Formats: sequence, C-alpha cells, structure tokens
Amino acid sequence: MAITLETLGLEKRFGGIIATSNVSLRLERGARHALIGPNGAGKTTLINLLTGIMPPSSGRILLDGRDITGLSAYRRVRLGLVRTFQINQLFADLTPLETVGLAVSERLGSGYDWWRLVGSKAPLIPEIVEVVERFHLTDVMHERTAILPYGKQRLLEIAVAIACRPKVLLLDEPAAGVPEAERHEILATIAALPADVTVLLIEHDMDLVFSFADRISVMVNGALFVEGAPAEVSRDARVRAVYLGEADG
Amino acid sequence: MMQGLAAVTATLAARARWRPLELIFWLGAVATLFVVPTKHLILTEVAILALFALSLDLILGYAGIISLGHAAYFGFGAYFAGLIAKYGIIAEPLSGLIVSALASALFGFVTSFLVLRGSDLTRLMVTLGVALVLREIANQLDWLTGGADGLQGVVFAPLLGLFTFDITGHVAYLYSLCVLFALFLLARRIVYSPFGLSLRAIKGNPLRATAIGISVNGRLIAVYTLAAAYAGAAGALLTQSTQFASLSVLDFERSADGLLVLILGGTGYLYGGLVGALVFKLMQDWLANLTPQYWQFWIGLVLVAIVLFGRGRLAEWIRKIRWPGRIGPGTAPGAPERSLEGH
Repeated sequence: MAITLETLGLEKRFGGIIATSNVSLRLERGARHALIGPNGAGKTTLINLLTGIMPPSSGRILLDGRDITGLSAYRRVRLGLVRTFQINQLFADLTPLETVGLAVSERLGSGYDWWRLVGSKAPLIPEIVEVVERFHLTDVMHERTAILPYGKQRLLEIAVAIACRPKVLLLDEPAAGVPEAERHEILATIAALPADVTVLLIEHDMDLVFSFADRISVMVNGALFVEGAPAEVSRDARVRAVYLGEADG
Repeated sequence: MMQGLAAVTATLAARARWRPLELIFWLGAVATLFVVPTKHLILTEVAILALFALSLDLILGYAGIISLGHAAYFGFGAYFAGLIAKYGIIAEPLSGLIVSALASALFGFVTSFLVLRGSDLTRLMVTLGVALVLREIANQLDWLTGGADGLQGVVFAPLLGLFTFDITGHVAYLYSLCVLFALFLLARRIVYSPFGLSLRAIKGNPLRATAIGISVNGRLIAVYTLAAAYAGAAGALLTQSTQFASLSVLDFERSADGLLVLILGGTGYLYGGLVGALVFKLMQDWLANLTPQYWQFWIGLVLVAIVLFGRGRLAEWIRKIRWPGRIGPGTAPGAPERSLEGH
C-alpha cells in the first residue's frame, strides 16, 4: 500500500520541554488511523506540527513522498492535508452555504477572483450543494453559522474540511461535546467518509476509536508508545496500564 | 436536487442584488446636484470624506485591519496629485487621479507588510507610526512639498480637457460624486466576489481561513493595497478640488476623522462611510454655525452619545431592513463576533 502521510523523527522542544519526541508515523492511503493518549501526551502539538501551525525542532513530514516540512499551513491544505478542530473554528457571520462555497472556490483557485460574483460560477454549485446535503445542513444552509445548534456546527466543521477534498484528514475529537441525541449523525458521517481519504482520528472516546479505526497509535509523554491493530492495542498490557486503565477507572 | 440547485444559485445571486434603499440613496445623491446648488462646496468635502471612509471600511469592515494612520495614503495621493500637476507631468485631473491612486497603492503595498503581523494594538501603533513618519517627511522636504506653507501654485488643466473647476464648485462636486460612485461600484463588486467573501472569512476567523487553504497574508496585502489606492484617490480629489495641498492631509486628525465617520455610519456594509460622512459634515457645519467657538465640544458630545446609545440600535434597525433574517453584514468593532472561537 502506498504511504500518504509519513513523519520521520519529528521532534518539538519548547525550551527544555520535549513536547514531541522522535515521532515516526506512517499512514497508508485510505487508512483509518486513530491517535490516542492521555491528556498532555502531545497529540495537539503533533497536529500543529503536521498542519504547519508551528515548525518542528527537527524531523521531516512527507505527504505523498513530498517533503512538506517547510511549507506554510495554507499550502499544505492546498496539497490535501486538511484538519478539523477540537473546538469549532467557523465563520460566525457566514452561512453554511457560504462557508462550504468558500472552501470549494478556494480549492479551485478562485480566491483572488474579485470581479465575478459569488455563486455565478455555475459548475461549483452542484458540488457545494452535494456537500451541504451530505452533511445534513440543507435546512440550515442560509442561517448564520453563529446561531446554529452545536451539533450542526460540528457537522459543518467536518463538511468544510471535506469541501477541501483532503487526501489526509486530521479529525481532532470530532464528537467532542456533541449532545447524545445529535451524536449518531456525527458518527455516521465519519463512518461514511470517502474510502480513499486517509483519516487520522485524535479521540478520547474509546467506543468511537475502536469502532472506527483499523490502526491505533498510542502516544505518551510526546512519544509513540505502541502502534497496532485495535485488538493488539487493547490487549497490550502497557497500554492498559497507562491509558485504558485510567479510562476505565 | 435540481430544485435545490436552482434555489442555491438564486440565493447566492441575491446576495449582490441592489436593494431599494441603495437606489434611493444614489438617486438622492444625484438629486443634490440640482436641488441644493449652493451646498456643492460642502458636499464635495462630504464626497471626499466618504471615499476616504469607504477606503477604511474595506480594510476594517471587511478584513478586520484597524488603522489609526490611514491618512498616510490620503496624504500621499493628495501630494502626488498636486506635484504631478504643479510640475506639468499630468495636469488633467482624471488621469492625475488615476495615477495618484496607483502611486498610493504602491505605497500601500510596500507598507502593507508592516501590518500583517501582530495584534490590533500593534497595527494601531504601526499605522499611526507610518502616518507620523510620512507627515514629518513631507514637512522636512519643503523644497518639494512647501513644508508647513503647503503646496502652492498647483494648477490643473480642465477636466477631460473640457470642464474647468470654478469657484461655485459645481464641476468639482459632479466630478467628486462620479469618482465616488465609480469607486463605490467597484468596491461593491469586490466585496460580493469570492475574494470579498474570503476577506470576511479572514476577519471572522483567520485560523480557519488558513485551514481551508486561504493565504491570509496574501489577501490582507491585496486589500490593504486596494484601500491605499482608494485613500489616495480621495486625497487627489481634495487637492484637485481645492488646488492646494497642505500638511493637514497627513494629520492624525484626518485618520481619526475617517475612523469616526466609519464607526458613526457602521462598518462592513460599504454605506457606513458614506452615510457617516454626510452626517458628520452636516453636523459639523450646523454646530459650527450655531456655536462658532464651542462646536468641537458639541460634536464630541454628540459622537459619544451616538456611539454609546444610538449606534447599536441604529445598526440593528438598518440590518433588519437590508437583510431580513439572513446573511448578516459584518459587525461593528467591539461586537462579540468571535463567539465561536474557544480560546
């Protein structure tokens, strides 16, 4: 299988503190890979390194074999490395339709198009509508995002990422804080993500992790601790001790 | 699905549709040409201030860049237009205006890199600093700018080779209004384009804007350059209509007035600067006649009152008329617009 995303000895130090220590991760195309670990294990820092929010102290990041370590955050998105946020990062004043439309038009390079009116590029519309429908946002697509129910905002959070046509999608606790009643909608959309998209799921919810992932990496103290199939990881005594034990207890 | 497509296309197209209030506004503006011929001198000032505030709206209302030194670009355009006329390089006003706007855009582009980094506070200081530095340069270069005496001996050719600016100010007003309208149309087109939408996205949440592949810095440079061109055009209009440029075009007060006017009228819907300029100038004129010595006291009091008590309700009222129920315009600075962000 082809490797889509790979990190080689990725390391991040803040002064004397090592937040990410020698992380080498390989994601195959279409993988459903989960990254778990206790709070403070360095998962967020790893995401920030992958997405280019901060530069690593050392190590490299490859996307489809191409070194993207030095690329700025938006260029990585253009290349197909897209993330969602643990805490919603949406455009309060835009509607879901405008938000998804913006993501699609940016992907197709219309971002500096200052003369054409929004919505006048007909070929974009079906794709925008398709994404809006797939994420059950049709009935609220003309509302301001700020007033949407939280569950809809979570859906929009993922919809925007999908509208960027990711090769690799980093899902940062997609179901965090979603009320039980709206939860199944999120889980269903995550389960229905396109098969060719490589997904890295960062999650605390073990039910979600074990139902979704075909591979799990456990991170502790900034380093990858154990990696394997869900069955192996759940059997691993060390993992049970440091992580699952805590979660159960 | 097909019905959905048509509806979506229609909704997106409706964003940019002209609303009745807009048509009334511009018909009113045309009417002033005939109805109040004695007021054309002050209305020219209104149009220039409106264009300046519109320029600020592009960066503040749409991209969220706050500036205390926007007079730098106004003043740059004003002196540039005056100098190219004085030295006989371009004496025809319209072409002089265009060249001055482009020169100001270039100056805006170069300085835009200073405002990319940092918080709002940094931007306030940096923009303020740029304007102060430019003012002092203009002051020191008195062989070129006339220094504190101002730029004397500026003579313009007839507009388009046909119309001379006269003492009544009719030509100057018609010219200013046309320039304002043309640049307004352009701005209106831009804010409803994908580029304009991306600016609103950046203003709303730069982190997410980056996360969908938008080059935030690139867009900010672009809109800052554009706004500098607009401010430069406004400055050029002032020099052309008064045949004079003084250091006051670079004053801090001019930057502050622009901001005041814009906030008075409301940010992020393009008409704020226009309405604000009209209200501000008329109020200033009226108060100055009423109490020649204390008008600044009263105008200050009125502004505080409006900003504290009136603006929120006024903006809400305008919003209901313009956008019934959906697609809200940008919020005024200070409003809790980042409520979605967790940090």
